[in-house]
Amino acid sequence: MPHTLTISQLTDKLTQGELTSRDATQSCLDRIAAVDGQLNAFLSHDPADALAQADAADAARAAGETKPLLGVPIAMKDVIAVNGHPLNCASKILGDFNSPYDATVTQKLRDAGAVVFGRVNMDEFAMGSSTENSAFGPARNPWDTDCIPGGSSGGSAVAVAADECIASLGSDTGGSIRQPAALCGCVGLKPTYGRVSRYGLVAFASSLDQIGPITKDVRDAATLLGVIAGEDKRDSTNVPEPVPDYTAALTGDIKGLKIGLPKEYQVEGLDPEVKTATESAVAELEKQGAEVVEISLPHTEYAIATYYIIATAEASANLARFEGVRYGARVDGASPEQMNRATRGAGFGEEVKRRIILGTHVLSSGYYDAYYLRAQKVRTLIRQDFLNAFEQVDLIASPTTPTPAFKIGEKSDDPLQMYLSDIFTISCNLAGLCGISVPCGFSNDGLPIGLQLLGQPFGEPDLLRAAHAYEQATDWHTKRPNFN
Amino acid sequence: MEYEAVIGLETHVQLRTRTKMWCGCANEYGAEANSNVCPVCLGLPGVLPVPNAEALRKTALTGMLLNCDVPGFSKWDRKNYFYPDNPKNYQLTQLDFPSTIEGFVDFEFGEGTERVRINRAHLEEDVGKSTHFADHSGVDFNRAGVPLLEIVTEPDLTGADMAYEYLNALKAILEYGGVSDCDMEKGQVRCDVNISVRPIGQTELGEKIEIKNMNSFSGVRRAAGYEIERQIGVLREGGTLVQETRRWDDAVGITESMRTKEDAHDYRYFPDPDLMPHTPSEEWLAEVRASVMELPLARKRRLMADFQLPASDAEVFVGDAALGDYFEVAAKDAKNPKAVANWVMNNLQAKLVETGGSVADVKFEASAIGELVGLIEGGQINSKIAQDVFVEMFESGKSPAAIIEEKGLSQVSDSGELEAFCNEAIEANPGPAEDFRNGKETALNFLKGQVMKASRGKANPQMVGDLLKKILGS
Repeated sequence: MPHTLTISQLTDKLTQGELTSRDATQSCLDRIAAVDGQLNAFLSHDPADALAQADAADAARAAGETKPLLGVPIAMKDVIAVNGHPLNCASKILGDFNSPYDATVTQKLRDAGAVVFGRVNMDEFAMGSSTENSAFGPARNPWDTDCIPGGSSGGSAVAVAADECIASLGSDTGGSIRQPAALCGCVGLKPTYGRVSRYGLVAFASSLDQIGPITKDVRDAATLLGVIAGEDKRDSTNVPEPVPDYTAALTGDIKGLKIGLPKEYQVEGLDPEVKTATESAVAELEKQGAEVVEISLPHTEYAIATYYIIATAEASANLARFEGVRYGARVDGASPEQMNRATRGAGFGEEVKRRIILGTHVLSSGYYDAYYLRAQKVRTLIRQDFLNAFEQVDLIASPTTPTPAFKIGEKSDDPLQMYLSDIFTISCNLAGLCGISVPCGFSNDGLPIGLQLLGQPFGEPDLLRAAHAYEQATDWHTKRPNFN
Repeated sequence: MEYEAVIGLETHVQLRTRTKMWCGCANEYGAEANSNVCPVCLGLPGVLPVPNAEALRKTALTGMLLNCDVPGFSKWDRKNYFYPDNPKNYQLTQLDFPSTIEGFVDFEFGEGTERVRINRAHLEEDVGKSTHFADHSGVDFNRAGVPLLEIVTEPDLTGADMAYEYLNALKAILEYGGVSDCDMEKGQVRCDVNISVRPIGQTELGEKIEIKNMNSFSGVRRAAGYEIERQIGVLREGGTLVQETRRWDDAVGITESMRTKEDAHDYRYFPDPDLMPHTPSEEWLAEVRASVMELPLARKRRLMADFQLPASDAEVFVGDAALGDYFEVAAKDAKNPKAVANWVMNNLQAKLVETGGSVADVKFEASAIGELVGLIEGGQINSKIAQDVFVEMFESGKSPAAIIEEKGLSQVSDSGELEAFCNEAIEANPGPAEDFRNGKETALNFLKGQVMKASRGKANPQMVGDLLKKILGS
């Protein structure tokens, strides 16, 4: 059953000649054929193309090549450009658009030998926390198919949790990697802003978006981050910081590491089971020698409002290009303006429209200072909160989500309630930090719970070290949904 | 009541760069539609802009040429509006922290010099070009993303002619700096004209009327002239003006209302999150500053002062900078720089036109022209021989002295030798000689011509004239 393997397990077997990339890829394709009808993780995939890449990887290996991901099948969120493949962002508005170019991360995966395959489901344009906003139907949580898998990278998490791929890439603007990873029982890493090139990532909110891995364990997250991180001249916001060997940070030793617990995160609505699971996880870290202290992030209560002003403002401009003139679906009109209106009216879903309108409003003449400008100032304060905290501690721990996965449809009529499910993850993006979610238990209903760790900018080695040490002491990450 | 006009100009100039502002596509006019395009300048999903270093440098240089400050911090903003030629449906521009600010341009107007203050010269991106066919429209995105400099004046211009002269001066500066080709035919320069009128003596400005998208300087002059008269006419008749945008109809020669302030766009500007602010270092600024060259007006004045050239000659050398540079070398030690100027402007220029070459192709040293003039002035050759010597110089690259020596072209100024030529001519042409004696002055020219012919052009014409008169008069 090669599709159940982690990157490191598969790589060992490929190296030892026990398996070929074709075996592994075919195994994933078979798994998709068997289960994805119920999960809807994949919007599309091209088996012939995947197998051709697998064969090329096998040939390369036979010729003596060694690359970090040689022959490993990796699924891509439908917001990351892959040359010659559909790029829909789970929206109707892109029609039959195929990307004519590779994102930088796609190119880096190819350079590392990966089998880049599949377009996985998501909330339309990465806007949402449940994958219910996909124009192609919701993805379902493999732990309970009546539940949402989280979002917006829901398909990326489902595909990993249900073993339809070895690992996947998602994108995280306010929690969109960590939250679905938590709700599906996977590891999800949001790198520091500027760590991974955004070139080829269809922008939702440019100053918040980062691409990151969703994997079956922490080591895989370290491996994948090592491949996709690094300087890219095509992204001006990319930081030319050297890329360390992240797997070398996985020493298992966290003695003396200082972990902060924000007192402001004791929020109303925090599920008791989630609370208990994350407290036990922190106790485990303490047991291994970490020092746990209480910290304060005083501007926490403003984070969601700040986020929904900045993110929607940027989105309102980022999504202006989708109007049917050059590509994507077009609804004709008597004038360019009427064509725009008709195309965008028909092409965008409810939530995307809601956010475009909100973003347009906060940038409007007369409102800009009160909303956008003020939000930028608050954002600076939120970042300062974290930088102050990181003077005292190395990492910050919290639940990833306030509750386990909820039922499909439960919150879809209440966008504000939905926005609150990002409460623990959103500040990390506003402050430009890195964060990870690792499995830390299950609810009584058998739904996964995630522990979130936040690190300072470019503090991924500490983050991965702590997450890995915790994972070594527990077996949550080895659990698989009883699903077939 | 007497009125006065107040005019401010916003001039958009395409920068001359190898590639576009945010991508590696060629910045090239006239290519097949949509051939210089890529995912970035087409605004495909997922792409990001990367600033063009050459455009940043040329913008800073322009700022320096326009006497502007180049601040240590500038940034990019998104200007949001939907239009089919605008690939991202926002245009990247600089709202509140432009690349260059607060300068001025001095230019000649009438008998004197005027100064217009420059508010800013900021960098933005050009958009595509729409073409409308019978039943559909097309957009060519070759122009989309071409770096565009917007140069904004303060409202310091007081009339249509003054606006026209400012534009010519601005164009000369930009061409001089190598910043832009300013080719109007290719749409490389476009102007928005802001005009208001007010009673003379009133300090507050009248209602501002903007005329958009002018693509010729003469059009600006005509439109501004028309608009000033129109506005004064409205006020004289007791009407009121409202802030509005108008369009110039060049064929009819009138302006028409496009939209009033009420339906003005809300562009919802905000800082572009895809680009970092531009924070030029001292070293970078010093490097740009080192490439600042003398401005056209300053050069004209210097040529007039240092070489005693008339304004018209100086303008020729300012207008053709390469020829001007050549002249300055040629005339460096010349006793008669005006004569050198004539040789450069007339003979050299004619030869270059004839051969299709440039001054860079000239084989002889620039100083050789000064030498040639010196030989004429010193009486070693006459101006006719000099013409032949010049042709030879141009062809072989040899020095004038060498050519004269080689071909024995030295002027004959020996009076004994010349007297012999004169006597021969008089003897051979008794008729004209008689005519001269009888007071027909023009007959002398005929005899002079005969002497020149006999000497194969080498005779000193001044001396020949004097000698002939002396012989015939005695």
